[in-house]
Amino acid sequence: MSKINVKDNDIAVPGEVLAVGMDSFPGIGTYREGENIIAARLGLAQLDGRTIKLIPLSGRYIPKKYDTIICAVIDVNFSGWRLDTNSPYSAMLSMKEATSQFIARGADLTKFYAIGDYVSCKIINVTSQKLVDVTMKGMGLRKLKGGRIINVASNKVPRIIGKQGSMISMIKDATKCSILVGQNGLIWIDGSPEGELLAVNSIRKIEEESHLSGLTDRVKEFLEKNKVTVKAQ
Amino acid sequence: MTYKERLDKRKFDEARKIEAKVGVIPNADGSAYFKIGNTVAYAAVYGPRNLHPKFLQDPSRGILRCNYNMMPFSSSWGRVRPGGNRRSKEISLVTQKALLPVLDLEDYPNSAVDVFIELPQTEAGSRCAGICAASMALADAGLAMKDLVAAVSVGRVDDELVVDLDYQEEAYEDGPVADIPMAMMPNHDKITLLQMDGLISKDDLKKVLEMGKKVLKDIYEVQKKALKDKYKTEIKK
Repeated sequence: MSKINVKDNDIAVPGEVLAVGMDSFPGIGTYREGENIIAARLGLAQLDGRTIKLIPLSGRYIPKKYDTIICAVIDVNFSGWRLDTNSPYSAMLSMKEATSQFIARGADLTKFYAIGDYVSCKIINVTSQKLVDVTMKGMGLRKLKGGRIINVASNKVPRIIGKQGSMISMIKDATKCSILVGQNGLIWIDGSPEGELLAVNSIRKIEEESHLSGLTDRVKEFLEKNKVTVKAQ
Repeated sequence: MTYKERLDKRKFDEARKIEAKVGVIPNADGSAYFKIGNTVAYAAVYGPRNLHPKFLQDPSRGILRCNYNMMPFSSSWGRVRPGGNRRSKEISLVTQKALLPVLDLEDYPNSAVDVFIELPQTEAGSRCAGICAASMALADAGLAMKDLVAAVSVGRVDDELVVDLDYQEEAYEDGPVADIPMAMMPNHDKITLLQMDGLISKDDLKKVLEMGKKVLKDIYEVQKKALKDKYKTEIKK
């Protein structure tokens, strides 16, 4: 008979025995050793039918195909731009993928994107050696002008966006800011100073309390309490 | 003269008082504090991050780099000259070897995970405290690990087998002393560090390792609690 040692949303630490017996299956972040299912990282236990998985609570962003991310330009070379992806690996934005405009031979590429600029882009390929290629051809992919960039833990991004973007649209409505969330944990916020500040504070609140239930209600309460009268830009 | 009672009145198989905390350094990806008796260790983990020089890169997995450092006024016997020395280099190496068996860095090719262990105050057992702190910090950094690592020193003072020697015992002069730092994966019963300084018989070594294993399970519980406590934050009103 199998025995499950954890409840939903329990915090598990590496090496902890989550379940004993062959009736349960090891999911993401866990592994089986003999009869036992053991945690392979620090995470939040989730019981999904007979599968036990762990949702990570911390960790660096690792580039994944089709992720939309926000990057800083760190280098300009002959054939394109090198971008910092807020991960151990930098990304390459080639001239072909950068813009639909015509780029003349020998043109000064810093006219398009200079070092220090931020862009939103989409990952089109990641090799086994983690060479990352990105594109800026697509809806909403552009150079980010003005506003501010903040950095959050990349595994909190799904909570910041919310189901079908419910959380982020709530913040956008309350602060009258345009907000762009990159999967790599960089968030671009543009609006009035008060609105930007409120958006930053509410995102920080989500980041701190993302593992506790009833988050949407608390954020709603927080936004109402700190409501700023801002003009839409 | 025989050693009948420990100088600080502990039982022979009792460790010094332990405290642990996780997430003490906000700028690091993972961090932890571990205190055993008067020995204090802070560990900070950065990474996985971009690795230079490039020749160190391993295309099949990430690498682990450890750095053990005693602060200048941390010692119980005098000033430590700042910067690395032969001892700290050795301890950095054994720390790395003690931690590698639990880590899975295959998802991070060509990158490095850096562990910095700083000791602001020491009184014997500093490498063990460092390993305990580092393993908690690695877990806090969200790296894939199959287990934590707990470490403690065991040994012999005169004719008694003891766990967690303090400085007075390490420096005991009226009889033979053996100091054996050990580190273990508590859920797998596998030893990842075993060093020895001194003399001990084979039978006594086996016995004292069993004593150490019991204490290591207790240390693991402390580490586990510290990691869980980090995420038990109260809801802010």
